[in-house]
Amino acid sequence: MSAVLDPIQATPFTTSSPAVATLSHITKRYANGVLALDDLSLTLHRGEIVALLGPNGAGKSTAVKLLMGLSAPTSGAVRIFDADPRHAATRLRTGVMLQVGKAPEMLRVREHINIFRGYYPNPVPYADLVRAAGLEGIESRMFGQLSGGQKQRALFALALAGDPDLVFLDEPTVGLDIEARRGMWAEIRSLAARGKTVLLTTHYLEEADALAHRIVVINKGRVICEGTPAEVKSLGAATTGTSTSRTLKIIRCVTEVSNSTLLSIPGVTAAELTAGVTVISSTEPERTLRELLALDQNLHSLEVQSPALEDAFLALTSN
Amino acid sequence: MSATAFTLPAARSNSFARTLRIFLTEARFEFVRLLRTRAFSLAVIGFPVIFYLFFGLIMNRGEHIGGVSVAKYMLAGYAVFGMVGASLFGIGGGLASELSTGWLELKRASPMPPFAYVVAKCCSAVVFGLIIVTLLTLLGITIAHVSITPSEYARMMALTLVGTIPFACLGMVIALLVPFNAAPGVINMIYLPMSFCGGLWIPIMMLPHVLQKFALLLPTYHLSQLVLATFGYASAGSAISHWFGLLGFTLVMLGVAALAYRRLEQNS
Repeated sequence: MSAVLDPIQATPFTTSSPAVATLSHITKRYANGVLALDDLSLTLHRGEIVALLGPNGAGKSTAVKLLMGLSAPTSGAVRIFDADPRHAATRLRTGVMLQVGKAPEMLRVREHINIFRGYYPNPVPYADLVRAAGLEGIESRMFGQLSGGQKQRALFALALAGDPDLVFLDEPTVGLDIEARRGMWAEIRSLAARGKTVLLTTHYLEEADALAHRIVVINKGRVICEGTPAEVKSLGAATTGTSTSRTLKIIRCVTEVSNSTLLSIPGVTAAELTAGVTVISSTEPERTLRELLALDQNLHSLEVQSPALEDAFLALTSN
Repeated sequence: MSATAFTLPAARSNSFARTLRIFLTEARFEFVRLLRTRAFSLAVIGFPVIFYLFFGLIMNRGEHIGGVSVAKYMLAGYAVFGMVGASLFGIGGGLASELSTGWLELKRASPMPPFAYVVAKCCSAVVFGLIIVTLLTLLGITIAHVSITPSEYARMMALTLVGTIPFACLGMVIALLVPFNAAPGVINMIYLPMSFCGGLWIPIMMLPHVLQKFALLLPTYHLSQLVLATFGYASAGSAISHWFGLLGFTLVMLGVAALAYRRLEQNS
């Protein structure tokens, strides 16, 4: 797996790092009969950032709730630090940021943070937390007076209050402006660099792409694909073709060559003409380009791109 | 910080001190939060005070009921009215809102002992109850020259402490069963009729006979009769029967709350 790591995604962890959290063969059926998770298995390793992606209702929050011990599986096992997630000792080593509608509004930011710091034997020093979450200057405000982004940052501080080894972040950067989002990303990366494990769910595919060492795409309660952002992108684009090569590129150009000829070029998995531009997926882009340029001397407006995570995501979760 | 990544939690004695501190902190900030929430603190303290002022003191013509002055008799009723409001709105209202926003879930996922959450809410309701009862007593003493001995006052305080529990349980049941938006309305729909029918506003023997029978089912009736008993008023039933009335109501509410909580957990 490490052989295909994109250099930007180079990571301090390997899959041989100790497992911090595991969901094994989890099925979760609610009392109303809805099957939220269907034989789902997931392992989180020390020092890695994992992004859980999936459309609404895919089972993301159910998976997170099970990992936090807020809900029990119908069958299967949940282990955190090789213990029950509901144990007090386990909770001391985890931190959680949930999508909370509102925290008690008539308590100050400082009070909220100190209440949570009080839950842990070795909390992060107050000043460090405030700095990490970017809360300087608004510590005396009531929670109810904060803007959406400030609330998110305050909740982020609560998740980190106990210096946890495993952090769950549910849509952490919703409502943040670009600068604050980058700031939180930097904090999340520094957590992983210190050996902490982070599981985040997000709707921002860009965020998963920029942050995660590993992306797990789930749909209808099952893992449908798992890998580095680069791998997931290739897999997604390849679901329409036949190959699962990891070097897949998207080639755009204006050319006279017909579709049927294009499909006969080595490496081409798909070709489509839209609005005068031909879009070609190729698993062997260099070879395809050489042939293509030889075939059409008048070819112009050439672009070569890596498939976007968004395309992959849509391809993977359609049907 | 990173060096402690895989070490075990602190020693046991530390953990006991920390647990105690968590309970105290939760209770303190729950009270501070409620006090700062004016919609709660003004209403919950203001209503019993105004009601007692109007119906117990201004309308008072110096009559006696069973050897107790009307001003003192009504003090018992409005004191109970006050403590019931504090626990129903403080616990029921607070829990309903924190359930619906997901805040309770965040608390449950934290290492806070779940019992600390419940105790904090009950303690805050008790403190509000004590404030209300003290204000009403002071009003009675200064305006209507009600004579209250220190021991009567102390027993009223003790009853506030115990009397909060059945209503805390009722508040929990409402919060668990009723959608958050409807909770304040439902609480009022239970609180006000239960206060009237329990004889908190108008002495119980002035109510129609049917309602007097119905009152036997109401915790408000039993609690107010216990407070009246501390004033030397001979109530209809024995003290034991009133204690059993409160205990029975509490157990039923705890049972319903447990069922409702399980249902909620299964669907979460």
